[in-house]
Amino acid sequence: MKKYLFGLLFALVPVTAMAAGGTSVPHSMDPDLHDQASLQNGMKLYVNYCMGCHSLNYQRFSRAADDLGMPQDLVEENLIFSSDLAYNDQMHNAMNSGDAEGWFGAPPPDLSLKTRVRGTDWIYSYLLGFYKDPSRPTGVNNTVFDLVAMPNVLEPLQGVQELVCAETDHPVEGQEPDALSGKYQSCDVLQVTEPGELEPAEFEEAMYDLTNFLAYVGEPSKLQAQALGPKVLIFIFIFGVIAYLLKREYWRDIH
Amino acid sequence: MGNPNKAKAEKGLMRWVDDRFPATQMWQEHLSKYYAPKNFNFWYFFGSLALLALVNQILTGVWLTMSFNPSAEGAFDSVEYIMRDVEWGWLIRYMHTTGASAFFLVVYLHMFRGLLYGSYKAPRELVWVFGMTIYLVLMAEAFMGYLLPWGQMSYWGAQVIISLFSAIPAIGPDLAQWVRGDFLISGITLNRFFALHVVALPIVILALVVLHIIALHEVGSNNPDGIDIKQKKDEAGVPLDGIPFHPYYTVKDLVGVAVFLFVFCVVVFYFPEGGGYFIERPNFDQANPLQTPDHIAPVWYMTPFYAILRAITFSVFGLDAKFLGVIFMGAAIAILFVLPWLDRSPVRSMRYKGWMSKVMLTLFAISFVILGVLGVLPSTEGRTLLAQACTVIYFAFFVLMPFYTKLEKTKPVPERVTG
Repeated sequence: MKKYLFGLLFALVPVTAMAAGGTSVPHSMDPDLHDQASLQNGMKLYVNYCMGCHSLNYQRFSRAADDLGMPQDLVEENLIFSSDLAYNDQMHNAMNSGDAEGWFGAPPPDLSLKTRVRGTDWIYSYLLGFYKDPSRPTGVNNTVFDLVAMPNVLEPLQGVQELVCAETDHPVEGQEPDALSGKYQSCDVLQVTEPGELEPAEFEEAMYDLTNFLAYVGEPSKLQAQALGPKVLIFIFIFGVIAYLLKREYWRDIH
Repeated sequence: MGNPNKAKAEKGLMRWVDDRFPATQMWQEHLSKYYAPKNFNFWYFFGSLALLALVNQILTGVWLTMSFNPSAEGAFDSVEYIMRDVEWGWLIRYMHTTGASAFFLVVYLHMFRGLLYGSYKAPRELVWVFGMTIYLVLMAEAFMGYLLPWGQMSYWGAQVIISLFSAIPAIGPDLAQWVRGDFLISGITLNRFFALHVVALPIVILALVVLHIIALHEVGSNNPDGIDIKQKKDEAGVPLDGIPFHPYYTVKDLVGVAVFLFVFCVVVFYFPEGGGYFIERPNFDQANPLQTPDHIAPVWYMTPFYAILRAITFSVFGLDAKFLGVIFMGAAIAILFVLPWLDRSPVRSMRYKGWMSKVMLTLFAISFVILGVLGVLPSTEGRTLLAQACTVIYFAFFVLMPFYTKLEKTKPVPERVTG
């Protein structure tokens, strides 16, 4: 009976795990909070391209500097642009939210917790998903966020990306892969048609860094948890061994 | 021991206390001379673990209260303040959120143990009823606690559950408004839930835990064989199959505590969101009364009952489906209270009950888990059918119990515990 019930519990795990998965997005992205160079580059990109509109109201410059291994003077010189913001302040944006509402229809959201709401796969795919669409007021649309209000502020880096018909490695629903090349035909392929400052691979790497930084901002305590976790678990393990030996000693005379 | 004067002084101090307060007497009655059956197995860890989980919730809760701001404007921000700016705040908060799920997990296993070995049967009916009351209040406690971080799922989960009151004919809408204290969930609701969550309900739970344990120690613990160890005593009046709770079960429970804490800490340090089941993703967005999340699901420990609520999709006798669903959900919990009077078996433990009891308990446990899974998922036609089937099994387990426990052939119960 016991075994049977445990088996049942484990058999249900995949069902529940599937239930937790959200909508599928084209790219996956696993954050690496120990890659400080990536996180620093992500923060640099954030303050240069995002922070004008999007605040990180829960993230302090000083905390990021400590966690990402940056000295205070470098942060103050290179990452804090507003004279209203000090080293210990949170990363507030410069835009007046009333103005923003008039310009975009809604104020750009605070991004502190967005990786925890949407997941890093979504954020990464979103950043890579802008394409030229002259029917939109901003001239761009997005593959994972249809009718997005945000302009593609990263266009100088990425260049102009368009949806084209081409061969792709990604499986297309209802289509068999080509017998020779193993590729699929699709008219939803994103292609850079006018180059920007970065090569496509470099741009993807930059967006990885930016997403990585946002993943850090979503839960800075993760670094502390990962540092403390093994120590606590080792302690509990040793405690458990001692408790077991103590129990065995006491129970020696119980039959 | 080395210093006889010191030992004498301690004895003197203890005697001084005992003359004024029954300290030694209580220690003996509940620990050193409380004789528990020596054949407790795996399932008997979860009572003490539930107590540990309760202590964890109270301690971490007290520290969270020090930095939490119970207002609609400040609650969400203050939770992130705890996560980022309060020293060890993230650890305290994750211990509390994970602790809630852990508490329910051990309570469910503890209750299943009761079903398995007939621990609810005479003379332990009150132990069971007090325990069930703890479970009921615990659900209210958890529900109110979940509103406090003021995220989207906090808000809309509470919205769904409180709106259930409005399904009650005649008084419903007024009752729901009375519970909320406002026309919709607002800072007023948050404030009263805070008061109930941190003051009123914990006091009730603690009092009930004391009653649960006093009632248990009055009649003595059951065991996997479901036999009464007090029938066979030695000359000194000690049950032959009993051993003092302390030190034997205190040291044994320490091993259980270590295993529990290990798993608990793995979750706290590495998977605090519990895959989106302990902290749901939409709860990282602040509550917004104007924007409903795509899919509203209660936290996992409530979902079996939520699935029963949603399984009722038809109206009968002019009562609408939503109200009937509320009645069935309430009945699903209420029927657990009368369990001791439904079981007519001459034996307690599943070890000696007949095949019908075994089949019914297995089906019941499977149905409960399936309902729990269904309660998380959006409903489809097929899932609703499955939920209806599981609801029937859930109730059949109880309603048919007086018959199958009496009809079936039981095995002979041994004189002494079998280990």
